[in-house]
Amino acid sequence: MILEGKVHKYGNDVNTDVIIPARYLNVSEPSELAEHCMEDIDPTFVTNVEPGDVIVAGSNFGCGSSREHAPLAIKASGVSCVIAQSFARIFFRNAIDIGLPLLESNEASTEINDGDKLEIDITNGKIEDTSQHKSFSSKPYPEFMTNIIDAGGLINYTKNNLRGK
Amino acid sequence: MATLAEKILANHCGRKEVGPGEFVNCKVDLVLSNDITAPLAINAFNKLGVGKVFDSSKVIMVPDHFCPNKDIKSAEQAKMMREFAKEKKIAYFEVGQKMGIEHVLLPEQGFVLPGQVIVGADSHTCTYGALGAFATGMGSTDIAVAMATGEIWMKVPPTIKFTYNGKLPKWIGGKDLILYTIGEIGIDGALYSAMEFTGEAIEELPMSGRFTMSNMAIEAGAKAGLFQVDDKSREYMANHSDKNYSVVQPDTDAEYVKEIEFDVSNLEPQVAFPHLPSNTKAAKQAGNIKLDQIVIGSCTNGRLDDLRIAAMLLKGKKVNSDLRCIVIPGTQKVYMDALREGLIEIFIEAGAAVSTPTCGPCLGGYMGVLAAGERCLSTTNRNFVGRMGSPDSEVYLASPAIGAASAITGKISDPEEVI
Repeated sequence: MILEGKVHKYGNDVNTDVIIPARYLNVSEPSELAEHCMEDIDPTFVTNVEPGDVIVAGSNFGCGSSREHAPLAIKASGVSCVIAQSFARIFFRNAIDIGLPLLESNEASTEINDGDKLEIDITNGKIEDTSQHKSFSSKPYPEFMTNIIDAGGLINYTKNNLRGK
Repeated sequence: MATLAEKILANHCGRKEVGPGEFVNCKVDLVLSNDITAPLAINAFNKLGVGKVFDSSKVIMVPDHFCPNKDIKSAEQAKMMREFAKEKKIAYFEVGQKMGIEHVLLPEQGFVLPGQVIVGADSHTCTYGALGAFATGMGSTDIAVAMATGEIWMKVPPTIKFTYNGKLPKWIGGKDLILYTIGEIGIDGALYSAMEFTGEAIEELPMSGRFTMSNMAIEAGAKAGLFQVDDKSREYMANHSDKNYSVVQPDTDAEYVKEIEFDVSNLEPQVAFPHLPSNTKAAKQAGNIKLDQIVIGSCTNGRLDDLRIAAMLLKGKKVNSDLRCIVIPGTQKVYMDALREGLIEIFIEAGAAVSTPTCGPCLGGYMGVLAAGERCLSTTNRNFVGRMGSPDSEVYLASPAIGAASAITGKISDPEEVI
């Protein structure tokens, strides 16, 4: 599957409190959460983001709380994929569980600029920066996680397993 | 040759041993969620179509984040959780009853046992590592699967061993040790790893301080923060639980991915400046930082020992007229014990507000939200941008001793300043 969109670029340690501030966690509906996505780090994000867009950030993306509302808000805002040098552990699990693709690449994280246009082949992790005419490859997922991703997230994966028992 | 984390995980996946990086399916002993994370978990659980939880005695829901309900939307979320808990006959702690902040409450009520695997839809679930359990935070979907099946996948983490040498100086507690550690290794310094805390200074550290350290392991990116079971944890267990447990200890030749040693004999009380828990310095080096609010409480520092230290400093003194000091006992039991010991009277005489247990202000929910330009020194665990309110406010993290001292002076102060 090929994803296409423009880049919203951020730095290191983008935490779940800025991705979706806790003051909005009195709801669980993804579309309502998306209205406040990235609000405390980039108040313009919500008005600028378009379906397919990509967040590119530095290291430790998604650090902080376990709130699944963070990847849900990002996904519901239209973002198709997050690229970073590294992801915080719980955010990583949550994103895989709900089917928000994440890609890890030092080079892509450093060299891609805000506003660049990207084409991403999610099946092989190839990232094409069509604004700069550069391409990057990302770290492949372990097989165990590919199984969850291929099933469409942890709920479907678990349902398949339960059916098999 | 296995670390504490590896041994516990091996015990829970039917294996003799497991190594870092392996994916395993683990049986879980306790599954936790709260009023913010439970609604999503319940939705995910219902999609699984299993009908009932795997074991109603091992699933726990705690209304603590926005409870007592802060607004109508929070009330709806709490209601959804309450009804689910009732229907599935799982443990639920109603406001005002035997309730409290989840990570103070569960050990206090004897749910946490050494050697267990505990997962919670709250990042500070790692708190229970203080009792030698492997406890880690996850998201709501993971928790839904654990509630339904009693199992969850894990990647076995490598373990980093932290040894604290020397005698604990006066005023130095678990908060200072963990803030100092995060300051040294950074907020991703233990990413994906288990932290194992040991050493001469740790032997002296009371259980309350150990809970504080394990609680903040996530603030270094860790999956868990564990202590070995010793006389102090055995005594704690004897006072809080009548359940049997088997003690798991790391092998003496366990393989650690890294070993880090600190000499803490001359450590000064620590403060983490905005906007990262790793941005630490000694309170004495803080400069003239005037404060608008102090919060003493939370899953990090809301235990009786924490309130005792704060009360000792505030006794006979007044909270500075330029700030608000908010004290939140971690559970109803802590509240009642503090009341009987006269601590609550000391706080109120000093001019502090005392609240029913809640996570409220820590995450900018309610009971102490900050306006733009305001500064709060808090005994909580995170100081990210906007954490306690306006994105233009500031949060400083420190111990209850620094909190109480600063409440008196109105600026960030070392406890020695008010003695």
